[in-house]
Amino acid sequence: MSSKIQIIVVAGILIAIGLGLTLYKRFELGFPLLPGERQDVWTVESKVTFNPTGGPVEISMALPEPRAGWVLLDENFASSGFGFSIAEGADGSRQAKWTRQTLDRPATLYYKLQTYRSDEFGLGASPVPDIVLPELTDDRRAAMNRVVEKLRERSSGPISFTALLLEQLVDEKMDQDTSFLFAGHESGHLGVIMDVLAFAGIPAQRVKGVFLEGGRRRQQISTLVEVFDDGRWHLFNPHNAQMGLPVNFFVWERGERFILDVIGGNSSQLEFALVKNTLPVKTVLSMEQQAGGKLMLDFSIYSLPVEQQGMFKGLLLVPVGALVVVLLRVLVGIRTSGTFMPILIALGFIQTTLLAGLIIFLMVVGAGLWIRSYLSHLNLLLVARITAVVIMVILLMAALSIVSYKLGFNQALTVTYLPTIILSWTIERMSILWEEEGPHEVLIQGGGSLFAAILAYLLMTVELIEHLTFNFPELMISLLGVVLLLGKYTGYRLSELYRFRYLRKDWQ
Amino acid sequence: MKFISPRELRELGVLGMNSRNVNYIGRRNPRKLFPLVDNKLKTKRLAQEHGMNVPELYGVVKIQHEIQDLEAILEGLERFVIKPAQGSGGKGILVISERSGHEFTKSSGAVLNLRDVKRHTSNILSGLYSLGGRPDVAMIEDMIIFDPILSHFSYEGVPDIRVIVYRGFPVMAMIRCATHASDGKANLHQGAVGVGLDIETGHSICAVQKNVKITKHPDTGYGFEDMKLPHWEQLLTLACGCYEMTGLGYFGADIVLDKHRGPMILELNARPGLAIQIANQAGLAKRLKSIDKMKSIAMPVEERVALSRQLFGQQPSMF
Repeated sequence: MSSKIQIIVVAGILIAIGLGLTLYKRFELGFPLLPGERQDVWTVESKVTFNPTGGPVEISMALPEPRAGWVLLDENFASSGFGFSIAEGADGSRQAKWTRQTLDRPATLYYKLQTYRSDEFGLGASPVPDIVLPELTDDRRAAMNRVVEKLRERSSGPISFTALLLEQLVDEKMDQDTSFLFAGHESGHLGVIMDVLAFAGIPAQRVKGVFLEGGRRRQQISTLVEVFDDGRWHLFNPHNAQMGLPVNFFVWERGERFILDVIGGNSSQLEFALVKNTLPVKTVLSMEQQAGGKLMLDFSIYSLPVEQQGMFKGLLLVPVGALVVVLLRVLVGIRTSGTFMPILIALGFIQTTLLAGLIIFLMVVGAGLWIRSYLSHLNLLLVARITAVVIMVILLMAALSIVSYKLGFNQALTVTYLPTIILSWTIERMSILWEEEGPHEVLIQGGGSLFAAILAYLLMTVELIEHLTFNFPELMISLLGVVLLLGKYTGYRLSELYRFRYLRKDWQ
Repeated sequence: MKFISPRELRELGVLGMNSRNVNYIGRRNPRKLFPLVDNKLKTKRLAQEHGMNVPELYGVVKIQHEIQDLEAILEGLERFVIKPAQGSGGKGILVISERSGHEFTKSSGAVLNLRDVKRHTSNILSGLYSLGGRPDVAMIEDMIIFDPILSHFSYEGVPDIRVIVYRGFPVMAMIRCATHASDGKANLHQGAVGVGLDIETGHSICAVQKNVKITKHPDTGYGFEDMKLPHWEQLLTLACGCYEMTGLGYFGADIVLDKHRGPMILELNARPGLAIQIANQAGLAKRLKSIDKMKSIAMPVEERVALSRQLFGQQPSMF
């Protein structure tokens, strides 16, 4: 009896703590409980790494300005042991400066910002730089002359001139002169493009920024080319020759200045980790206003580095899936193959989307079962057989990806998100189950697992639940309490009401 | 599709899975004792030490390399059973009822050669039939010739008697009879018939197949209503003796009736199923609680059996 009371007390305290913290956050800190209007908020974490060469070190990094409708929400700098300052230029541009007298091992500096695009403006006006003619050797000058001449003949102005030049490069249909100019400059195509534009007398500048793509960990700086014509700037993406500012391009720096400048170090690198949170703007804004001083916020998930935030986003959903499995098994009495296999499958479904995931899952498991039935004739040792199944599953996944990609279904490429080992074990267990207990039992357990996985998936993708688990992780403490209580539930399962139906008095 | 209300189940004193796990298995069966019953080889050795009646063990094959010695172990054996020590649900049990030279005849009539028998043994060792696929050992033991009184009630398999023993008291019993549908296995969920047995007399109470009441064996056609097990007191005493032997507070003893040697322990189960309640048309929870209400349970086996027969006996026949 005492253990039962203990559990009730402990569970009660846990539930109260979780709910209490949630209510505190709601009413004291103003976190909205409901998702409300949503906005893609990007967290961009830039990471500077370099090797010191000895002596004083000074790293300066140009900081982005709000441009083209992008709004900067929050900035953080991390640099233990470095002197840090932000210098503001006359034109409003800002530069972060890290300094240190001595440094004897490679160091990493972080700058994190949160941003979202409130409006899709263009880039607007900017001073037109002077054209600096490139210094060229004679043969290159001659080639340059002919290239510019040819492009001029075919174009009607600076814009079509630039477009034609970039198209040639993208399509790789270069004539001899162009090939000659660009040969040996694989990494520096952009430099040659700028040279050609300068040579043709077209004012141009670079626009550096980051393509915001969810889940990227090592995104690099991308550079666009801007040409001035008819009193306005026109933007081109040299990688696909398209005009205009791409929607997901976050502009970091406009003009010829370097973003990163390292004195006293070499092999410096600038990389970006990106996470997209589809958050209510209110949440982020209230975070903004409240940040600093409030313990709860300093210890919230938002204070973690971006890479870990992205991981936690998925991780925080696992307890929800686990709760589904516990409920189904303890209260309903559904049998699943393996306790937590359904959660892993559900996590896979989140990546693949439900329908595609289901089809892929059934195809791989079905084909796997078929091949596995042949393996069982071969009378192999268990470990070898499981390994054979794992290899088989990977081959099946590869084959499925390739075939469907050729057929034009890109969805099947997400097959890799389904856990390979879990698929293999599912096949192995189902196969043994089939041999021992017949297909009926396979249907019951396999169906039970899939049902649990689908239910977990549906719950895990509810907007409200995603919102609550990420913004109120303390609800997990309450969840823990609920699970403890479920662990002491000794009542009947729903399935038992059916199983024991023939014990009814009126049944004869 | 009809359901029974939870209230009615409570009134009948039916034990549910959650309650079984938390209140009885969790509370009465210390984890460290589980290996004693999960491994049939350990159970058998323990039972032999305690002088319990068990089928004779001819040999054990522990590693793949020893399979070549199998022929020597089987030398001169006319009937035998090869089974995994940690198998569950009757999986992987090979019953050879006849033999001529290198030809082995299964109880179902299929004929195997020595290579087939060796392969089966190899499968056992590699864990094919064991929980979680763990490597296992194969036991070769005497085949049971079951009491002819039971032969009407079983098809191609050995009927075994399951006695639920709670803190040393027999609380409920049934006999499980193999059918064609259960493929000769005494597994209720595979279609074997479960016949509830009166604790006092060993007389049948009710027979169910796949949860549905029946009156006669679907394959042999014999009616269950006159079934009465011989050696009943001896059988209950044997089952309850396992309480002292293992220390488990809640277990199911699987017992077979051999024609010559009487009741023998086949195996013990620390997580006995709940279907026995359907076969008995009675709830377990009620009986378990009445044991818990007793002031003292410290008494010799014989007294416990006598007390149980008095407490739980005289169930009305449902036929």
